[in-house]
Amino acid sequence: MAQVTLDAVRKVYPNGVEALEASSFTVPDGELVVLVGPSGCGKSTLLRMVAGLEEITEGDLSIGDRVVNDVDPADRNIAMVFQNYALYPHMTVARNMGYGLKNRGIPKAEIEEKVREAAAMLNLSEFLDRRPSQLSGGQRQRVAMGRAIVRQPDLFLFDEPLSNLDAKLRNQMRIEIRALQRRLGTTAMYVTHDQVEAMTMADRIIVLNQGRIEQIGTPNEIYEHPASTFVASFMGAPPMNLLEAEAGQGRVTLADGEVVPGAAVNGHAGKITLGLRPEDVAPAPEGDLDFNVDIIEELGAQRLLHGQVGGQAFSVAVPKDQAAETGPMRLAVKPGAVHLFDAGHGRRL
Amino acid sequence: MADITETRLQTKAPARRAKKIKWEAVGDHAILIAGALLMLVPVYMIFASSSWDDITLHREGLQFGFSDDMANNYNAALFEYGGFTDSVNGVTMLANSLILGLGFAIGKIIVGMMAAYAIVYFRLKFATLAFWMIFTTLLLPLEVRILPSYEVITWMNLGNTYTGLIVPLIASATATFFFRQFFRSIPEELIEAARIDGAGPVKFFIDILVPLSRTMIAAMFIIMFVFGWNQYLWPTLITTDESLFTLVRGIRQIMQAYADGSTTPEYGEAAALAIIAMTPPVLIVVFFQSWFVKGLTESDK
Repeated sequence: MAQVTLDAVRKVYPNGVEALEASSFTVPDGELVVLVGPSGCGKSTLLRMVAGLEEITEGDLSIGDRVVNDVDPADRNIAMVFQNYALYPHMTVARNMGYGLKNRGIPKAEIEEKVREAAAMLNLSEFLDRRPSQLSGGQRQRVAMGRAIVRQPDLFLFDEPLSNLDAKLRNQMRIEIRALQRRLGTTAMYVTHDQVEAMTMADRIIVLNQGRIEQIGTPNEIYEHPASTFVASFMGAPPMNLLEAEAGQGRVTLADGEVVPGAAVNGHAGKITLGLRPEDVAPAPEGDLDFNVDIIEELGAQRLLHGQVGGQAFSVAVPKDQAAETGPMRLAVKPGAVHLFDAGHGRRL
Repeated sequence: MADITETRLQTKAPARRAKKIKWEAVGDHAILIAGALLMLVPVYMIFASSSWDDITLHREGLQFGFSDDMANNYNAALFEYGGFTDSVNGVTMLANSLILGLGFAIGKIIVGMMAAYAIVYFRLKFATLAFWMIFTTLLLPLEVRILPSYEVITWMNLGNTYTGLIVPLIASATATFFFRQFFRSIPEELIEAARIDGAGPVKFFIDILVPLSRTMIAAMFIIMFVFGWNQYLWPTLITTDESLFTLVRGIRQIMQAYADGSTTPEYGEAAALAIIAMTPPVLIVVFFQSWFVKGLTESDK
């Protein structure tokens, strides 16, 4: 059990590319922190630096009370689950799980005992003598988990562990990993590009973009108070609607002159970006905004209406039992649901 | 619908009509059969000839039919001591050939694997340069450097030893190249997982890389064993002691032995020895061919 602290950790590759700007944050003991962002945002680099597979250019990384910048991966007492599982193809499940223990000189009987325990926890007991190639994707994923568990590490690192699984299995494994991490109480860092995974699994989310931390917060904070237009559009499906607007005289007007109610301008003036989540607006005959529906997407639990507000793309989510048609309609904005961002650098106002 | 009825007609047809001959296929087969015959007939002739007595062979050349001297010839080839010093028989030569073939193959595999391991997995300053330098030695087979190699070996007093026979041939660009390509196909994550699992460079090599390469090793072993077995020039040069003669050399020795004397050269025995010399490589290829194909075609497992 340990907390992880990054103090101005930075990564610059030998070719001069800055993969991660100086970043500082703490992962509290026992929490599961998800690093999320589009590909190339530096999330994997960050995780690999914590693992010790990538050198840290500047700054201090501590696991527990120990600065581990120059500690070998094997001695950091961490365990990592890889995207393609990285199981040793020539070893049985049991040997795969026990290999790390064997290298640490732990007696055979004890290894067997630990492997059996972990296998039982993961429903792998009957597969201990199989090779990875004889297992399904989900089972392989579990073996990779088992390999991490038997070591009883201070820290779990997950590098997009579910992206090779089909959608149904992914949902199931998501819950399993979460439950397991809770039960063991081990600190964990989890990298994904899937915002649903981030929202559902995390105690805390770190959103990264282009090597920079955009926001750190609980899933709720991230969703309700995105710190930038990037976070606003990245987190949430369907993504938040972002409209160009103008602030002035204590109110916000869209390009076509419509006034958006409920926006707290707080003395800002000039060009701004206005954010509205699709579920925070609803069709209403005496609503505030003119909306023209072009396409209706049926998602089962809800319908997505895609169209235009003031000449800009906009979508609205309505519950499944609410009928919808293409054509013009009016929209009511939920009070307090309007997000305002700076039009230039995209930070929240 | 049309398709279905057509195929039905076709499947019924052979019963009544003769099957249509595909002329392209006939041509292909003819070429293949001709090629196979070109390879196999000489082998058959040597085998058939190994059953004749020396005098007939001397007078009439190689034979197509079989005679009754087979047991005699093979017995002589294997167990009769010959040479100038009477210190070598077929069994000794077989053993020498095996030692050369095995030492050559195993040595090449070990050296090749280790070189490839260094090139692929370690951040060496001139790894690429080193690799290409090794690679260009493909252009310098033993025959090109045979005099300096001979000088070195005699200077080191390794003439007439197994070491002198095997070691100069071991450095191998071929094996290094194949293992390099194979190692590069092994996913990066496997190495990282092993690092986190606490496997150092040596453990990773022995626990992970060697078992993963086993089909590749088998394929290399076959190629190298046959290659080593068939070495002629180097053993001829480096061994003057007859007890170190290999089979391939021995055949020639028998043919030549008393060619200028009053006795007939022992052609029957030579033919038998040729067959004996051919057998082990053939057996190895036959038994390991599935591994061989796997090693050269599959990248994983």
